[in-house]
Amino acid sequence: MPTPDDRRYTKEHEWVRLDGETARIGITEYAQDQLGDIVYVDLPEAGEHLDQFGKLGEIESVKAVSDLFAPVSGDVLSTNHAIVEHPELVNSSPYDEGWLLELRVADPAELDKLLSAREYDAFTEGEAKDEAMRP
Amino acid sequence: MRSRSYRPLDGPRPTALRPASNLRRGTNTTRHKNHALYARRRLEWRRMGSAEDTTLRRTPLYDLHERQGARIVPFAGWAMPVQYRGIVEEHHAVRRRAGVFDVSHMGRLFVVGAQAGAQLRGALTYDVASLPEGRGHYTLLCNERGGIIDDPYVYRLDAERFLVVGNAANAGRDRDEIAARVGGRAELLDRQEQTVMLAVQGPAAGGYLARLLGPEVAALAKRACTELPYMRYKLFVSRTGYTGEDGFELVTSAEAGRAVWRQLLAEGVEPCGLGARDTLRLEAALPLWGQDIDEDTNPYEAGLGWVVSLDDGADFAGRPALLRLRDEKPARRLACLRADERGGVMRHGYAVLRDGARVGDVTSGGFSPTLETSIAMAYLPASLAREGTALAVDVRGRALPVTVVRRPFVPHAEARMEKIA
Repeated sequence: MPTPDDRRYTKEHEWVRLDGETARIGITEYAQDQLGDIVYVDLPEAGEHLDQFGKLGEIESVKAVSDLFAPVSGDVLSTNHAIVEHPELVNSSPYDEGWLLELRVADPAELDKLLSAREYDAFTEGEAKDEAMRP
Repeated sequence: MRSRSYRPLDGPRPTALRPASNLRRGTNTTRHKNHALYARRRLEWRRMGSAEDTTLRRTPLYDLHERQGARIVPFAGWAMPVQYRGIVEEHHAVRRRAGVFDVSHMGRLFVVGAQAGAQLRGALTYDVASLPEGRGHYTLLCNERGGIIDDPYVYRLDAERFLVVGNAANAGRDRDEIAARVGGRAELLDRQEQTVMLAVQGPAAGGYLARLLGPEVAALAKRACTELPYMRYKLFVSRTGYTGEDGFELVTSAEAGRAVWRQLLAEGVEPCGLGARDTLRLEAALPLWGQDIDEDTNPYEAGLGWVVSLDDGADFAGRPALLRLRDEKPARRLACLRADERGGVMRHGYAVLRDGARVGDVTSGGFSPTLETSIAMAYLPASLAREGTALAVDVRGRALPVTVVRRPFVPHAEARMEKIA
């Protein structure tokens, strides 16, 4: 699955897509593949304020649990109810139906600190190489 | 995202090997601290295939797993497939149809000779000397305190030949202990290096194997074993397993094992890894040595008194201690806990709470793909280990409500169908 161009990425494998003042957030294809079958996602409540790069929750697979970090600052508008009953959506559709939450964004300029799709691809390729080089 | 994998994936660690991970056991955390200084170790269970970690052992099927796209992880000193298509898919395949596991990392010790039965009986808790030919049984290897060194399965192939299958982590220890107890009065043959072991599990396993081995395999009784020809090879086959479903285990040469694996996959049997092996055995409430049982637990508190034979009067290692333990009621018991709601997965080491007070710790925990909730086992004070008791488990700072249930969490396919009928 090609990395979508219409959003920005973090080195912690989250993506954010801005639509006016609303930012939709999820995890990447690379992340869901590394995690394996997702079984539970722990997200903040509507109204909570998040700071950019602060921990926003946890995503858990059969064999691992991972912290989630906010790609941008903002107030939580909503979380994706579909993934409560069907966390496997995050595996099958990480960029679309498996989205995690939406924020009202205070400062869109924060996205400039993030990676483009191509930069993210280069980053994950680098990570894969690092793994291969490990003794 | 910064991830941490859970120690149970590694299994108990043998010495002289690079630790695969230095992982945090489940401990309390404060919830959602909005600061970036959250030092977490990265996901450790990455693809090993290209990392060429040559300190890990490989089974004779390793290249086939790589070719199949398996995710390889370290386990008990071996490079093993943890999953192929995905743990949940593989789990469902076994519950609904059939899956095949490469379990060649497990210990395989043949004990041979006129004294083999009597000698093994003296080394283990179960009266294996009274096993009829072509029959297997679960058993325990105990220390002098009645603590559990390992929980091997023993098969009697014929009058003078036995096969002892133990956990990978204990293969060396089992061999040394049994050798010391048998003391040269029977021959011990360690066949782990020369053989492959496969587990073919699921309600359709018999049908698939019959296509390779003929109808005798489907006619095997539960826990029975035999040797069958396959092409120009010979296979040991038993109707046993570690999934709670009907299934078979095969021991054979590397060449035959590879051929069987390939043919089973070609027939449509799902290749399954250690991830699904763990979720399946947990749903079946089968203990895992190193988590649910170890040298500091005794059979009676673990609910395994049924594999300790005390009535034949024969002496065996640990008998005096076990006699005493049997007569005392265990103060704690291994209980099954089922989460009442979705709220994270219970893991090894998480605290079990009753009215906020810690009453035990999770020994094995995980996600149940069949029940779609978290399940776990824990030693609890006997009074709390009763079906229906309401408790909580501390899942990384959140008190997850759980209920004590009867084992197994998920009955095997036949029982599930009887329920519907």
